[in-house]
This record gives sequence, C-alpha cells and structure tokens, in this order.
Amino acid sequence: MKENSSKFYIYIILIFFGVLMFFPFVWMFISSFKGISDIYTYPPRIFPKKWIFTNYKEVLNMIPFLRYYINSIFVATSSTFLQVLVSVLAAFAFSRLQFPGKNILFMMYLGTLIMPLQVTLIPKFLIVANLKWLDSYQGLIVPVLFNTFSIFFLRQFFSTIPKELEDAAKIDGCGHFTFLFKIVIPLSKPAIGTIALFSFLMEWRSYIWPLIIINKDEMRTLPIGLKYLISEGGGEYHLLMAAAVMTIAPVLIIFFLSEKQFIKGITLTGLKG
Amino acid sequence: MGLKKYFSKKANRNEFYTALICLFPSLVIGMTFVIIPIIMVVYLSFTKWDLISETKKFIGLANYIYLLKNPKFLKSVANTFYFAAVQIPLDLVFSLFFAFLLDKKIRGLRFFRAIYFAPVVTSMVAVSAIWLWFYDPQFGLFNYILKQIGLSPLKWLYDPHLAMLSIVIMSVWKGLGYNIVIFLAGLQNIPESYYEAADIDGANNWEKFKHITLPLLSPVTYFIILISVINSFKVFTQISVMTPRGGPLYSTGVIVFYIYQQAFEGYKIGRASAAAMILFLGVLAITFVQRRIGEKRVHYT
Repeated sequence: MKENSSKFYIYIILIFFGVLMFFPFVWMFISSFKGISDIYTYPPRIFPKKWIFTNYKEVLNMIPFLRYYINSIFVATSSTFLQVLVSVLAAFAFSRLQFPGKNILFMMYLGTLIMPLQVTLIPKFLIVANLKWLDSYQGLIVPVLFNTFSIFFLRQFFSTIPKELEDAAKIDGCGHFTFLFKIVIPLSKPAIGTIALFSFLMEWRSYIWPLIIINKDEMRTLPIGLKYLISEGGGEYHLLMAAAVMTIAPVLIIFFLSEKQFIKGITLTGLKG
Repeated sequence: MGLKKYFSKKANRNEFYTALICLFPSLVIGMTFVIIPIIMVVYLSFTKWDLISETKKFIGLANYIYLLKNPKFLKSVANTFYFAAVQIPLDLVFSLFFAFLLDKKIRGLRFFRAIYFAPVVTSMVAVSAIWLWFYDPQFGLFNYILKQIGLSPLKWLYDPHLAMLSIVIMSVWKGLGYNIVIFLAGLQNIPESYYEAADIDGANNWEKFKHITLPLLSPVTYFIILISVINSFKVFTQISVMTPRGGPLYSTGVIVFYIYQQAFEGYKIGRASAAAMILFLGVLAITFVQRRIGEKRVHYT
C-alpha cells in the first residue's frame, strides 16, 4: 500500500504544477473578455465583472490583424512546403545516389550547423536588400529553405530504405526520380511529416528575421504585428489578451489534436543526439 | 576509379546529373544565404560602415578592441551568462523532476505530458503579453499574490536586479515541457531489469537513482545541456518584446539584443558584425569545451 500512497502524492504534485503551468492560458482566455475597468482594478479580478465580447473585434479594427494572420499562414505554409521539397531532394542525393565529392559536400552541409543564424543576420539582411526583397514574401521564405537539420534527418531515414527496393525499381525501368517520388517519399511519410511539422512551427514563430526585413505594416507576420501591438498599446491588456488568444488558440488546438505525432517527433530528434 | 573513367559510363553520368539537380536548390540557397553571409560578416567586422555610405572603411581590429573594452557590450555578455546560468539549472532540475514523476506508470500520462508541453508550442510573443501583465507592478497578479502572503510588491521588469530573473522565470515556464519530454523518453529507455536487480540487492530509492538512473541518463542529459547552452546564447525574442530598451540599466540586454540594436537601430554595421563574430567564437569555444568534458563524464552502455 506504500505503492498506492506514493502514487497519490505524485498525482497531487503533477496536478498542482499542471494547473500552474496551464494557468497563464486560462487567465489569457478569461481576460480576453474583460473590459478596461476589469484591468485597472485592485485587487485584480479573475473573472470579469461584466463579460465583454467586443475586444476581439476591437483588435481586428485597430490593427490589420487578419492581414498579419494571412501573411503568417502564407509564409509558414510556403516555406514548409518548399523547405521539405528542397530537403527531400538533397537528402535523396546524399543517401541514395553516388557521385564524386559526395562525402566532402555532405561535411560542408553539416558544417553550416555550427553557425548560429543570429550571427549572419546582418549580411543576410544586406543580401535580401540588394535583391530588392525587403518587405516581400520571398524575402521571408527563400532564406529559410536551406535547413541542414531537415536534410540530415531525412538522409538518415532515406538510408534505411532497403537496397532491394531500389534494385527492383531499376529492373522495372524506373529512373531515379520515379524511384524518389513513387517509392521513397511514400515510404517516408512519418519522417517527412515530422520535418514538416517542425518547420511549420519554426516558421510560424519566426521573430527576428521578419522583424529585420519587414517595415511595411501590411507585410508583417503575426509575431511582429503582435509585438508592435504590445509596445504601442501597452496598457490595454484586455485587447492584448484577445490578440494573444487569436494567436495561441489555433496552435494549441492543433497541438492537442496531433499531440502524439508531436511528442514522437521531439523524442526522435532529441534522442538521436 | 579516375574521374575520366567515371564519367565515361552513361549510368554514372546520369546519376551525377540527377544528383546535381537534386542538390541544386539547396546549394544555391545555402551559398547565398549561409556561406556568403559567413564570409561577409567576417569581412564587415573589420570595417566601419553605417549602411548608407558608399564606402566601407577598413579599420582592422578596431571594432574588436572597442567591444572588449565597452561597458555596454561587456554587460550584454554578462547578461547572457546570467541568463544561461540561472535558466539552465532551473530548467534541468524541474524537467528531470517532472519526467521522473511521469515515468512512474501513472494514468493520464499523455494528458499530463501534453499540459506540460503546451507552453512550448505557443508563440513567445503572445506569451510575453500575458507575463507582462503578470509582472505589472501595479495591476499584475504576481504582486497581488505577494501582498496576500504578506510580502512587499516587487518592481519585476523595472528592477535592475530582478528584470533578468523575471525573464528567466518566464523562459523556464515556457521551455520546461520540451526537456520533460526528452528526459521522459530517456527514462523510459532504461530497462526495468536494472531496477529489479537493484531491488534484489536491497538498494533504496536514492541509491537506485544515483547508480542507475543518472548514469544511464547521462547521454540524454549531456545532449540537453549542450543544446540548452547554445540556445541560451541565442535568446532574443522575449527580451525584445518584454524589455524593448534592454531593461533597467541594460540588465536584460543580451548579446543578440546588443547586435540587433547596434546594427538596426544604431547603424553601426562594423561593430555589430564584430560582436556577432565574438558571439560565434564564444559559442564555438563553449561547444568545444562541453564536448571535451562530456566525453569524459558521459556513460555509454
């Protein structure tokens, strides 16, 4: 019965801290229905005195929030799709093809991992400016398409596809690309899915890059739009909470729906180290 | 096989061209946005340039010398170290603690794990808004709680001694779930039989933890520490959102924040590039040191 009592304490601790961990989101949600009088009140109220439903509309009117959303969706989806494509192609070359200089080139690709992207922000900015890609979708999308980690991860996975399949395909007259698109990719759906999920999340939350290259309000992505809402409308917490809900809720919902896939992906990438 | 002989075979040529096509996109983008920028930042760090002038003035090591003596830059380095030194241990201890609890074959594991992981997937900017309110000295929840338990309110983000700690606390909350998941996976990989054998030998819980769990977890722990250290040197978003000026007395201005300010607010491109190079060298050095230490202490089965 010692087993049971210690399990009981474990549950208590987990529940207690679980509530603490999730509390900020609950607060955010409830507060998005507060009026300004509920904010500047002491003692702070958990529940609004009067539930106000216009905060969301007000945020949408104050700033082009919908536009930020669309920008983020477009940029994140495009970069994910294109990045997966670029990475799949490169990983295929490194894992299934033979060519002179393959190993050296792969080492060079891996070598780029040591360079934190924060270090090359300034030159990247200059290059993008020279290409006239400031304040543009291409400026946001193209630079992130080179992702060594995705290439490495997919290459590991592609390597596990049995040579017999490839030989069989060759006998049937399949060229390399047919083999790639008809066999390798369908077999690699979990790995590709994981990469896509991670890429999407990373792009969705990308902050410093859009901060640097976007100046026009209508080209801003969600994080940047939100940042300016915070710094310029600092005191209006009820509006900030509404904006925060609109930013966080979709991601949380998607997360809870695909939680298994997520956790699996994290563990895969984490334990590989 | 010599190159000439290699290319004389059609199959080889085909494979080569296929590889070329496959690698072309990543090569071009990698060259343009990774390789060339690396060369550029090195070059720029030896110049003086304000982004607008036609000419960049070559000044050798002057930027580096300036930075290594400059109080603000040195403060940014100190701030970064402070962030890492507080955030990483807190994160490690708590995430191992929770992972340990979650490993105890409890019901609702998936549910708890999802709850603890939820902050990780959310937007740092949006979350910063919530915590800004919590930390508000007059109307924030935290000071209210402090007063309720009889303590005096704190200035949080406005206190030079507390601002960075406030950011650290928020960052720990946000990132904890990630390490919990990884530790949990590591713990679940430890075979039950080891613990059973220890039970037979009469080991108590602490001994089991010390002699089985910790050593077998060390590769995972090592990996987490390595990644955490590198990531802590890159911290920027929450600083930029919660303390856009670098905090009271520049107590939250980290290295990346310094670089950002110098380049994009001060237009001191050369100086910012030199700071970026110092950051790079620092990360490299620390990674190298860590690997050295890690190789000795990590227990591989």
